[in-house]
Amino acid sequence: MSFVDVSNVWQAYGDRSILERVNVTVDEGEFISIVGASGCGKSTFLRMLLAEETPKKGTIRIDGGEPAVEPNLERGVVFQRYSVFPHLTVRENLIAGEGFKTPWGRLFGTARRAAVERADEMLERIGLNHVAEQYPAALSGGMQQRLAIGQALTAKPRVLLLDEPFGALDPGTRLKMHDFLQELRAETNMTVFMVTHDLEEGFKLGDRCLVFDKPRWDPHDPGRYGATITYDFDARNNGIPFQTTKENENVVHTATA
Amino acid sequence: MRLMNQIPARPGAVALAMLPFILVLAAYAIGSEIRLTANPSDKLLPAPGTIWDTAVRLFTEPDRRSQDILLWKDTFASLARLMGGVVISATIALIIGMAIGLLPYARSGLSGFVAVLSMVPPLALLPILFIVFGLGEVSKVVLIVIGITPFMTRDLSQRVLDIPREQFVKAQTLGASTWVVALNVVLPQLLPRLISNIRLSLGSAWLFLIAAEAVASNVGLGYRIFLVRRYLAMDVILTYVIWITLLAFVIDWLLKTLSRKAFPWMEAGL
Repeated sequence: MSFVDVSNVWQAYGDRSILERVNVTVDEGEFISIVGASGCGKSTFLRMLLAEETPKKGTIRIDGGEPAVEPNLERGVVFQRYSVFPHLTVRENLIAGEGFKTPWGRLFGTARRAAVERADEMLERIGLNHVAEQYPAALSGGMQQRLAIGQALTAKPRVLLLDEPFGALDPGTRLKMHDFLQELRAETNMTVFMVTHDLEEGFKLGDRCLVFDKPRWDPHDPGRYGATITYDFDARNNGIPFQTTKENENVVHTATA
Repeated sequence: MRLMNQIPARPGAVALAMLPFILVLAAYAIGSEIRLTANPSDKLLPAPGTIWDTAVRLFTEPDRRSQDILLWKDTFASLARLMGGVVISATIALIIGMAIGLLPYARSGLSGFVAVLSMVPPLALLPILFIVFGLGEVSKVVLIVIGITPFMTRDLSQRVLDIPREQFVKAQTLGASTWVVALNVVLPQLLPRLISNIRLSLGSAWLFLIAAEAVASNVGLGYRIFLVRRYLAMDVILTYVIWITLLAFVIDWLLKTLSRKAFPWMEAGL
């Protein structure tokens, strides 16, 4: 049984089709990169995985569970920006990863002390222990994203969703973040979905690389058909010996309606 | 060098800041001098020295009949009304603003209503308030509340909507309920906005307070100004105006300092 099961998902906003016939299954522990041109629906797909939106048709199940209607503890997320809480210090942001599920959103007494200890371990792991008392605004972009990833992991999600997490970082920091993410993965073996517009990044980090594009194109009505997964590459070893194409109809820019 | 790129040095900047004050004072002193030479008993522009003497008398000498120092009595009465009105408004605005910003159902139900409510001219309601709540303290506090709450509510609900959507999603993925999001994500980020909001609203609050006191009262800063107007006591009026200005300035400064001290994360990025 596959871990994440996306079955025949369609999404449209009003008359504008975004996604159509999206089918994909993902095993536990796989790292899936999602690439595609701007506006191809890859972010929409991630929002549906996150259950921030529900698809018009079709279902997305995690581990055979019921399709979710709102974001929940099963899904962790890191956005390109604004993923951490600006009014909490770095350490408090990590504690929030455990505290927010309680009725008052806070931990008290021994539970809090234990959470502080775990937060400090996580700080060590993400290399932020020297700025534990600072507020996120004082951190660099790379540090903020490390914090965001640490915070998401603190809540122990079953699937980690990354929405262009390194898109706002400079190239050097981005490479360091790649190493950081690969180390974390080696330790936790999480199932990860990462949307990126950097093909190289997608192939470097992912086990599989999904490409979203529109297989059908109506020149008179660009919103008529949605995008779907047109390629599903095996991206291990940068995809060199494993490339297979899974599309079963003509791929891009067939001008026929 | 372009004018827009010329920055005054520190002593120059201080002098420039003082300049308008000095100019206004000088203009007043000259005007007063001209009028008083023409007519020594002129009441319109009392000499700065006269105002100073009056101010000292008002701040220190008790009233002959009641043995109270009226200026302090007026000040405490007015500040109590002002604080009461502002605290009640801020509480209501915070709760309703958060509900409108966070809950789509509250937004559908209330935002239109609040928008219309904020268009009602509060001073036009003053007679109704006097009829309903009598001439006592309640009607004055209610006028302030009616006057500034809708505006504050609209502003605060907009501030909630300005919080990036990512934070709400993130909180949900950490297992937060609506209540936890309101308490731990929205409220702490809204409090500094509330303070700047109060600072903006205080101007209107003073306006409504003085208006209400002018119409019907027996104590208060606004009451006193409108009372002594009958005797053309410009020295008393000017003392009170300067005193109110000073009070407003100090309150504003206190709120600004409180905001800086209480919310260090707001400025951490600077």
